[in-house]
Amino acid sequence: MAQQEKDPAKERQTDRSLTMSRAMVEAIAHEMRADDDVFYMGEDVADYGGIFDSTEGLLEEFGHDRIMDVPISETAYIGAAVGAAQAGMRPIAELMFVDFFGVGMDQIYNQMAKNTYMSGGSVSVPMVLTAAVGGTYNDAAQHSQTLYGTFAHLPGMKVVVPSTAYDAKGLMHNAIRDDDPVVYMFHKRLMGIGWLPAPDGPKTPVPEDEYTIPFGSADVKREGSDVTVVTLGLHVHRALEAADELADDGIDVEVVDLRTLVPLDTDTVRDSVAKTGRLVVVDEDYRSFGVTGEIVAQVAEAEDGLADLEAVERVAVPDVPLPYARPMENEVVPDAEDITDAVRAARGDE
Amino acid sequence: MYEAMVTARRYEERLQEEYLEGKQPAFDISAGPIPGELHLAAGHEASGAGVCQHLRDDDTVTAPHRPHHIAVAKGVDLKRMTAEIFGRETGLSKGKGGHMHLFDPDVNFACSGIIAEGCPPAVGAGLAAKKRNTDSVAVAFLGEGAIDQGAFLESLNLAAVQDLPVVFVVEDNDWAISMPKDRVTDVENGARRADGFDMPGTRVDADDAVAVYEAAREAIGRARDRNGPSLLEVQVHRRMGHFMGDPQAYRSDEDKAAAQQRDSIDRLESDLRAHGVDDETIDELRSSAKERVEEAIEWAKEQPEPEPADAHEDVFTNPPSGVTDGEPNVAKTETGGDD
Ligand SMILES: Cc1ncc(C[n+]2csc(CCOP(=O)(O)OP(=O)(O)O)c2C)c(N)n1
Repeated sequence: MAQQEKDPAKERQTDRSLTMSRAMVEAIAHEMRADDDVFYMGEDVADYGGIFDSTEGLLEEFGHDRIMDVPISETAYIGAAVGAAQAGMRPIAELMFVDFFGVGMDQIYNQMAKNTYMSGGSVSVPMVLTAAVGGTYNDAAQHSQTLYGTFAHLPGMKVVVPSTAYDAKGLMHNAIRDDDPVVYMFHKRLMGIGWLPAPDGPKTPVPEDEYTIPFGSADVKREGSDVTVVTLGLHVHRALEAADELADDGIDVEVVDLRTLVPLDTDTVRDSVAKTGRLVVVDEDYRSFGVTGEIVAQVAEAEDGLADLEAVERVAVPDVPLPYARPMENEVVPDAEDITDAVRAARGDE
Repeated sequence: MYEAMVTARRYEERLQEEYLEGKQPAFDISAGPIPGELHLAAGHEASGAGVCQHLRDDDTVTAPHRPHHIAVAKGVDLKRMTAEIFGRETGLSKGKGGHMHLFDPDVNFACSGIIAEGCPPAVGAGLAAKKRNTDSVAVAFLGEGAIDQGAFLESLNLAAVQDLPVVFVVEDNDWAISMPKDRVTDVENGARRADGFDMPGTRVDADDAVAVYEAAREAIGRARDRNGPSLLEVQVHRRMGHFMGDPQAYRSDEDKAAAQQRDSIDRLESDLRAHGVDDETIDELRSSAKERVEEAIEWAKEQPEPEPADAHEDVFTNPPSGVTDGEPNVAKTETGGDD
């Protein structure tokens, strides 16, 4: 993939910091003002403003016709978004928790993702499917999954995973304008919701104007020369925390935030590994057949890839459903300490 | 029935107190002794008690995300259920399931937190009863917000065409999180959904436990006598937010107040008095319910937390070698867990 131009707006001056949810909402509101064909459908998105504040405040400006509460019937309304998109509109449909995907998965996997291909390119599906992902507050196995790999695995959908407010806004502008179906997965812990405290990291300065962040452009969130940590979503912040701690021991960690899984910016990852020689991939999704394996394979497949790779470590949720009780959830969801250990292991420190 | 109702109410009052501990003053869902979300059923008691009165241990019940009143009425082990909600090792699911995922095979009780997804397994239990020629029945509980879901409608159809001993109980509390009933359905009487499947549908229009009891007797009796499935919709009320911490900004004060006023427990109590039950008997029932609840909560709080490594067990009943004990997570096994 060609190296994409990196965030032209990033250098813009701004003193204004937003939570990730505010930044997402700002992009949605902007696109809705600019284009009457954009509308938002989901459960509790209107009067409630989204359980995770994903539509907070939009009802007041746009009303129930464009911020639509729908019955609990994911098959019907996600499929309706596909149909409306094929009719030329630009719907955004919210699947409240990604775990509920099974209920509407045929419409996602067999319609939304495949209609462009099956029609020989004569049909396009310009819609966004948003979904909350992630655990870390003990909601057990049906409400805590991350499932990046599930959505990135089947061809036909672009998959976006922001980790900061700045990225969330730019990526949302892109997602709505894109002529293809986009799955936009936001981590609950990053949104800045009243009842679920977020770490400081995701709240960043955000320009008031619109801007886009090209899909397929990973972001080096921290430069370093010893070990490359590739991750996304919440775990960008856990990796940065680990990097700070390791820096005290003189270990210089580079943190690469993928930002989108489809398309995947393998160039940035390979360049970083060529520099450091050591790769640690961190993911809050299940370990097997997922993001960690894919990244390692992409690096290994590159020209000189295996020669560059001195060490590889994977940190992911072991192949168990997310448990409820705290000691067990803490055990399976990677934390900064797990990342620190993996970095040390990659260096052969243990 | 009254006892099941007051036990459920008291139980949830105590859970609420425990849940809020450590989460105040600024509500943080991940703090305090009870982890995760908590959906309380205050105002729903009449349906759980009125229906489950007719059930035996070998009858199957599937409950949704708001399960406690149904579990209490079905006779789920109160102590182990409480330990589960507190995330303890001796909980019904060893701390793996939590309050939305309670399983008690001894009384054939199960839960699912995904809307309407308890309906197909209830149909399956009905199918097993039919195939094995027993007279046990299955009851699927769901909210009125769940009646648009494919899993519910497909289950009605399958149960109908196969003549299965299943009763679908819709608890209509007027709200699906922030969505009022009129925004999710154009059919005010949800029991009419049964017409499309050629099965009996009944709606009990007030929080009247006695009326629920009568209607459930009919429906469950029908199922037990192998006369096929039915649908029962019960008007209940949501006295609280959807989940603990829900600010309910979408709900008018009048609506909240109305839900408080129409209480099935008060109603049943005056019915009992009208039928000559004296204060002493009622007080006794209430205080024994309190005692049972207190005992369960105290017991649960004394139970140990699970070991972090327990997370790796129970993925399979018959684990393939190399899958358990955290083996796949290399970084973890090298450090021996992080707690
Ligand atoms: C398939 C699915 N979609 C959405 C949700 C999120 N959700 C949980 S409870 C709920 C509302 C349920 O309303 P209702 O069925 O009326 O039950 P109540 O909460 O009122 O008891 C929603 C939308 C879910 N758990 N599963």
